[in-house]
Amino acid sequence: MSNATTTTTERAPSVYVPSAEALATVLAPGARPPRPSALGASLTFGWRALLKIKHVPEQLFDVTAFPIIMVLMFTYLFGGALADSPRDYLQFFLPGIMVTSVVMITMYTGIGLNTDIEKGIFDRFRTLPVWRPAALVGMIFGDVLRYILAALVILGVGLALGFRPGGGVAGVAAGIGLLVIFSFAFSWVWTFFGLILRSEKSVMGVSMMVLFPLTFLSNVFVEPSTMPGWLQAFVKVNPVTQLVAAVRAVMDGASDPSAMMWLLAWSAGFVLVFGTLTMYRYNRR
Amino acid sequence: MNRRTTGLAIEAEGLTRSFGETRALAGMDLQVPAGTVYGLLGPNGAGKTTAVRVLATLLRPDGGTARVFGHDVVTEADKVRSRVSLTGQYASVDEDLTGTENLVLLARLLGLPRPAARERAAALLAAFGLTEASDRQVKKYSGGMRRRIDIAASILSTPDLLFLDEPTTGLDPRSRNQVWEIVRAVVSHGTTVLLTTQYLDEADQLAGRIAVVDHGRVIAEGTPGELKSSVGSGTVHLRLRDPGQRPQAEKVLRDALNVPVQLPADPVALTARVGEAGSDLDASAQAARALGDLARAGIVVDDFSLGQPSLDEVFLALTDHPAVSADEHDDELEAAR
Repeated sequence: MSNATTTTTERAPSVYVPSAEALATVLAPGARPPRPSALGASLTFGWRALLKIKHVPEQLFDVTAFPIIMVLMFTYLFGGALADSPRDYLQFFLPGIMVTSVVMITMYTGIGLNTDIEKGIFDRFRTLPVWRPAALVGMIFGDVLRYILAALVILGVGLALGFRPGGGVAGVAAGIGLLVIFSFAFSWVWTFFGLILRSEKSVMGVSMMVLFPLTFLSNVFVEPSTMPGWLQAFVKVNPVTQLVAAVRAVMDGASDPSAMMWLLAWSAGFVLVFGTLTMYRYNRR
Repeated sequence: MNRRTTGLAIEAEGLTRSFGETRALAGMDLQVPAGTVYGLLGPNGAGKTTAVRVLATLLRPDGGTARVFGHDVVTEADKVRSRVSLTGQYASVDEDLTGTENLVLLARLLGLPRPAARERAAALLAAFGLTEASDRQVKKYSGGMRRRIDIAASILSTPDLLFLDEPTTGLDPRSRNQVWEIVRAVVSHGTTVLLTTQYLDEADQLAGRIAVVDHGRVIAEGTPGELKSSVGSGTVHLRLRDPGQRPQAEKVLRDALNVPVQLPADPVALTARVGEAGSDLDASAQAARALGDLARAGIVVDDFSLGQPSLDEVFLALTDHPAVSADEHDDELEAAR
């Protein structure tokens, strides 16, 4: 008997009866607030990315566990063979693996966008009267945080294993800064693929096809001078090579102006070409 | 309050849109008066969702023009966006976020400062009976709660035109009634609502005018009453005791009424429209005569009624096929993406 009573009292509030008065208070048309600025809207979308990390923290697995595995695996796999010891190799290799890991996780931008579109939430965003690229820029802002986190995790593992950057704190910070600039620009490649490809799987497939040659056919693992001439030609124009050269230099306390220039040129190019293509597709879907 | 209840909310002419071989819109014309609920009624795959996506600036038409409050949906998309809201068929809020977070996010994007956004979110959650669930992730909401938060998100800044794409599909009857009540409240405050539905009774309940859509075109338009009377003034429904007598009953009815007789799936049922234009008798006289003829032929009738045609029958009469063809459903959705 008392059981039954409890059940009814518990259930009663869950039955929602729309009340005309309550609805009237929220439906009264108020003054329209001014449209948010481009930056404000982008930051708000960035906040959404943070909230998603808060609610689905397991998505940080790819920026924590994956980079740790990469560093350990390659340091001990190649270290003895390619340098005198894993520790010597690490000195050369750490900036490279940092770049490789972060560039690899840029592909999640495309996968995330594709999932959002698949679920339908982008229909809502695209009918909002805000600066059009804001939803995508905000998404990439969120991803930039993930890139920084991944870079810091790798740095931490590297330092623990004996990596000693000649450039000190400033050099390391500058190196991570360059890496983040490039990754932000490179993410626009994936927003484009995230928009034009039909499924998450195909985005993943294309990403791997692009990322493997780009990261491995570079100066990340070995000096390009050990490679055949035709391969050197590709390695030389590969933006990842320029990025690694620039990051390696600043972390070591030196600088490589030519690599730096190429890196910034590539970054500007990615934003211009793929940012434009992305927005074209975004507006026309 | 009457800031936007005059004139036309939507004017579309000859809208076309194809997805590969599929013609989702094949020359659709629409005139939606402001301040009313307008129903787009049709089976799955008829082109309703595509039409809504074009009008909400999500999709460009291949041909034709559409204006929302006088603004072209292609060339003045931004002006249109500032006056409309869309509650799509699928997730229109972020399932990973809580109810409050979703509403605050969207309120901020509409330009509200953070404190005002929080206040607005709380007020809407309260009005929609979601206060208790406000800190729960939306993916943990029930179907009815999901629909309510979807609609709440659409009226954060009260829109002049609200698109509701199949708002009650998959809801239980109580949740459906709640959505209906909300739609009535929204429209009573001056917002125009364009509602797509495949439920004929929903269009009948809510919409002031209805466009019946099939194969990407409007095939009939009018108030629910006009649509019904365009089909005939009434329908005779009857159920026999013995299914074996149905062929004979069909013949008797056809001779008596001089109209085609439908044989529904129910093996003892027959229906026929009566009182169509051109007949010299009114509907009740025709029905009475038919009943007499059946009795004389020795056919036992268990149930006999004469009523207004349902929208189901309207649809059947207009298209020669029934209103719901679920197999086309996925094609349109796939195409609309």
